[in-house]
Amino acid sequence: MVRMTIEQYLPHHPFLAGLDEDALALLARCATLVHFAPGEYLFREGEPADAFYVLRTGRVALETRLGTGSQVLDTADADDPGDGVVGWSWLVPPYRWTFDARAVSETSAVSFDGVCLRARCEEDPVLGYALMRRVVGVMSTRLHSARVRLLDLYGGRP
Amino acid sequence: MVPRRFRVASTRRDNHDTLTVQLEPCEGGPLAFAAGQFTMLQVFGVGEVPISISGDPRGSGPLQHTIRDVGSVSHALAFAAPGQVLGVRGPYGTGWEVADGKGGDVVLVAGGIGLAPLRPALLEICAERDDYERVSLLYGARTPSDVLFADDLRSWAEDHRITVEVIVDRGEAGWTGRIGLVTQLIGKVAFGADQRLALVCGPEVMMRHSAVALVARGVEPQRVRLSMERNMKCGVGLCGHCQLRELFLCLDGPVLPFDRLEPLMSRAEL
Ligand SMILES: Cc1cc2nc3c(=O)[nH]c(=O)nc-3n(C[C@H](O)[C@H](O)[C@H](O)COP(=O)(O)OP(=O)(O)OC[C@H]3O[C@@H](n4cnc5c(N)ncnc54)[C@H](O)[C@@H]3O)c2cc1C
Ligand code: FES
Repeated sequence: MVRMTIEQYLPHHPFLAGLDEDALALLARCATLVHFAPGEYLFREGEPADAFYVLRTGRVALETRLGTGSQVLDTADADDPGDGVVGWSWLVPPYRWTFDARAVSETSAVSFDGVCLRARCEEDPVLGYALMRRVVGVMSTRLHSARVRLLDLYGGRP
Repeated sequence: MVPRRFRVASTRRDNHDTLTVQLEPCEGGPLAFAAGQFTMLQVFGVGEVPISISGDPRGSGPLQHTIRDVGSVSHALAFAAPGQVLGVRGPYGTGWEVADGKGGDVVLVAGGIGLAPLRPALLEICAERDDYERVSLLYGARTPSDVLFADDLRSWAEDHRITVEVIVDRGEAGWTGRIGLVTQLIGKVAFGADQRLALVCGPEVMMRHSAVALVARGVEPQRVRLSMERNMKCGVGLCGHCQLRELFLCLDGPVLPFDRLEPLMSRAEL
């Protein structure tokens, strides 16, 4: 990937596409670039949810810990349009992660500071609403996926 | 209606509940068929069920069916011993007619055992790969150990320039692939050509969601084809078992375009 500053990169990510320059400039002030090696955790269940990740490359597994080991519940992929983001607990009290998130492959992301993002959204409700709509879009896709998989379509009647 | 006799030549286990059975005719030549067609397979004294043909429509090798062991007849078929004689009626029904996709992009969406009826279409594409533009196979399975035809998947991707994406409902230790729904892969398929053809096979809910997502991506509803595998008895339009309002799925289907199926699929009582 061509080297870009965060400001240059943000409008290219499908999750943020359509936000105006001022909004992106505000968001960029909360952002840093991060990198995770395969197996490295972005965050762990129970820890303070202080970040939101927009994936640039790679795949992240969302896991929960069982007595017998970890169970992967979902994956988020940088190349899935509109789905390449991880974490919405920064938005919802008590701001704690409810799952582990682990890089499955080499993963690079833009990490947004959760406290900073919340402050920007409070100050600028138009930006807050635009961001909320996008997060709800991802939540709705993941909820649909979880519900359909509960039907266990491939296991039961073909 | 009288079945031809075929002998089990060999059986291959594909996963914990699915086996592929190779049949040789006891008399006469091989059974000619089109990709997407099915036969009525009979275990004498047990029963008869419809099963799609999963082999190469261009080959003269054994007749191949991939069977998921879900009940008494499918169990007896999947575990028929080499040398055992089975009854075969058909081939019946409409095919994928994948050649309509020549000159354009083709997307195949499979869920679970639905990959088996699509395999002949994929083999047909591979044989004339240069006649097609981009070809993608999106395949959803229950878990990584349910994935069928692993060698084929590798060969289609590596030797035949087919984009193969596998996604599972549930991961297992060591799985580094995707987890989620096959429909979410439709959003990321690369479409180039104007002429697009989509072939979909799997559980009806999955086919309905896939068809809607394909249409949203710009595939014309009449060029989204689904294989409707409802209960069948006679296979030749006599008994009415397979009737879906005005359609007899054994004759008019199993492969039908989404524009004909959409009004019927969205009705829960049909
Ligand atoms: C056109 C067509 C093509 C098919 N192709 C294949 C194939 O390639 N491989 C394969 O494994 N199966 C295929 N099937 C499904 C197969 O016919 C059924 O699994 C089989 O009839 C089950 O019979 P049984 O006696 O083993 O089970 P049963 O005891 O009759 O039923 C066991 C379970 O299977 C379900 N079932 C029964 N009949 C069907 C059916 N027609 N479709 C879906 N679920 C059913 C029942 O609801 C029950 O849950 C196809 C069906 C059709 C109509
Ligand atoms: S199965 Fe008898 S009419 Fe179709």
